[in-house]
Amino acid sequence: MLKITDLHVSYGGIKALRGINIEVPDGKIVTLIGANGAGKSTMLRTICSLVKADSGSINFDGQEMLGQPIYSILEAGIAMVPEGRKVFADMTVLENLKIGAYLRKDSAEIQKDIEWVYSLFPRLKERHWQLAGTLSGGEQQMLAVGRALMSRPKFLMMDEPSLGLAPIVVQDIFKIIRTINDQGVTVLLIEQNANMALKIADLAYVLETGQITRFGTGAELLADESIKEAYLGKAQANA
Amino acid sequence: METLNNKKRNPNTIPAIICLAAVVVLLLLLDNVLPANEFTLMLIPVLKKSAIYALLCVSMNLLNGFTGLFSLGQAGFMLIGAYTYAIISIPDADRDTVYMYSEGSDVTFSIPEMLGNVIGKNAGNFFGAIICIILAGLVAAIFAALIGIPVLRLKSDYLAIATLGFAEIIRAVCQWDKLERITSGSFQLRKYVDFGDMKLQLGGMTIKFSSLFPYLIAGLSILFIVALINSTYGRAFKAIRDDEVAAEAMGINLFKHKMLSFVVSSFFVGVGGALLAMYQTTIQASPFKSAMTYEILLIVVIGGIGSISGSCIGAFLFTACNEWWLRFLDSGSINLFGNKMSVPFFRDGFRKVIFSVIIMVVVLFFSKGIMGDKEISFAGMGAKLKALSGKSKKDKKVKEEA
Repeated sequence: MLKITDLHVSYGGIKALRGINIEVPDGKIVTLIGANGAGKSTMLRTICSLVKADSGSINFDGQEMLGQPIYSILEAGIAMVPEGRKVFADMTVLENLKIGAYLRKDSAEIQKDIEWVYSLFPRLKERHWQLAGTLSGGEQQMLAVGRALMSRPKFLMMDEPSLGLAPIVVQDIFKIIRTINDQGVTVLLIEQNANMALKIADLAYVLETGQITRFGTGAELLADESIKEAYLGKAQANA
Repeated sequence: METLNNKKRNPNTIPAIICLAAVVVLLLLLDNVLPANEFTLMLIPVLKKSAIYALLCVSMNLLNGFTGLFSLGQAGFMLIGAYTYAIISIPDADRDTVYMYSEGSDVTFSIPEMLGNVIGKNAGNFFGAIICIILAGLVAAIFAALIGIPVLRLKSDYLAIATLGFAEIIRAVCQWDKLERITSGSFQLRKYVDFGDMKLQLGGMTIKFSSLFPYLIAGLSILFIVALINSTYGRAFKAIRDDEVAAEAMGINLFKHKMLSFVVSSFFVGVGGALLAMYQTTIQASPFKSAMTYEILLIVVIGGIGSISGSCIGAFLFTACNEWWLRFLDSGSINLFGNKMSVPFFRDGFRKVIFSVIIMVVVLFFSKGIMGDKEISFAGMGAKLKALSGKSKKDKKVKEEA
């Protein structure tokens, strides 16, 4: 579905990504793990065109996406849940969801999708009139995911959905990611919480200082000694 | 526009119409029936100016409060609106006296007069003025679009400084000698069609619309802005205000929407400028300084950034205090139960001191203004009234809402 070849991105003089090659197959959950500053978020932002790439290619369903304006990327079926949630704090939950469907004109279908998001996150339905800024962190994350789903993506990218959430809420979020994937949405997940991410992922990549260093199925990497050491913590590895 | 008629607004419709009708009747009575006395002599100008300021504040709020673009160029666009209006509505016969220093003008048409030749003088003035006002707004909007191309790439404080600078440039250009055959340079423009000329012949009777006219224009304009805010565009504006990156990630074209908000806001600021020109009956470029922008900003902040009703209430309170209720602070004496008492520190400028104190109090203790980012609604007010069963004086200002 998504194929990135030899992607280079730099901020000023600093090279953030140095020749990334990644493939995300249709219908799978793919995760990208790595330390702070490895370039994970940069990659997502580049796919969304929020950051300009130096060179390389991003191929989505046979279409070249690099250098396309953001709206055509969204229209092609890519959506992003940004890092740190970034809900529109002074707008209601419902307004946030409607903004997610901003590029769509079919109001009847939008209404249906709002119901669909409500069925995934019943909490959002209860609070549809509330200002998004007054929601709890977990609810805001649900809203950010729901908002991204409102563009009806085929491919959903999530930037650290577990950031700053209680472990029990993180579990809920990961359950939802599974559900969304079961409904036919391909997911690219960026995580610091490598343990959770690898457990859920079909495929996993390890990103280190701008380069892909490891690649394998989630279970493979989860069992790998060096990964355990670097990202999971040795003592925890058996738990 | 459809959003205006959605379910949520329904409980407000009937009281709003009643209120609206009451205001229309009141203004018509003030203009045509009630005798002029000391009270109405103060009331009428304050009411007119309040309506104009309400429009200016709502326009500014659209940009600063709803789109999050901190622009301070309002005075410049008001000036463009006011001048455009005046220049194209001065009757031909008066042109030479108005442009006496430049010995005539290069603009040789007067829209109200041209229209008046076809449909009669009064109707010509009335509808001609409306056309001129719209043109005034359009010219302001065109300038806004041109200025917006470079300026809207800036953010927050930088945007404020750049727009402030452009407003000053506009004023300076307007006063330029080389343009005196159009703008009359630094001399004033006068004799154009003003509120006093707003009369219509209805079945043998001449009905004056002197005070109703600004309400008509301001009301319709505010209604349009409210409809815009409640539309998909408005939602996109608010998204940009809350988080630009996230808004961009939702597929919102940032530049396009910022430009739209800037141009629409400037259009209505231009309309407000034209109304101000009508109100003042003479205009000159020199008072359109940044102080004028700050006055509007002050009202927006007092009323509540992001609240249309707040801006309207703020405009009425500010104008009434500034022009009327707090005038005694400058007069040197106070009238207590008929006894005139002289107070030594009540002299010129003391009003401004009091204003400054009020601003400080508002900023320190009511940092969200009168309304915060909420709106008055009849439904909500009904509930409050039941709870308090007192205070119902604010109804009047709500008419701009519904």
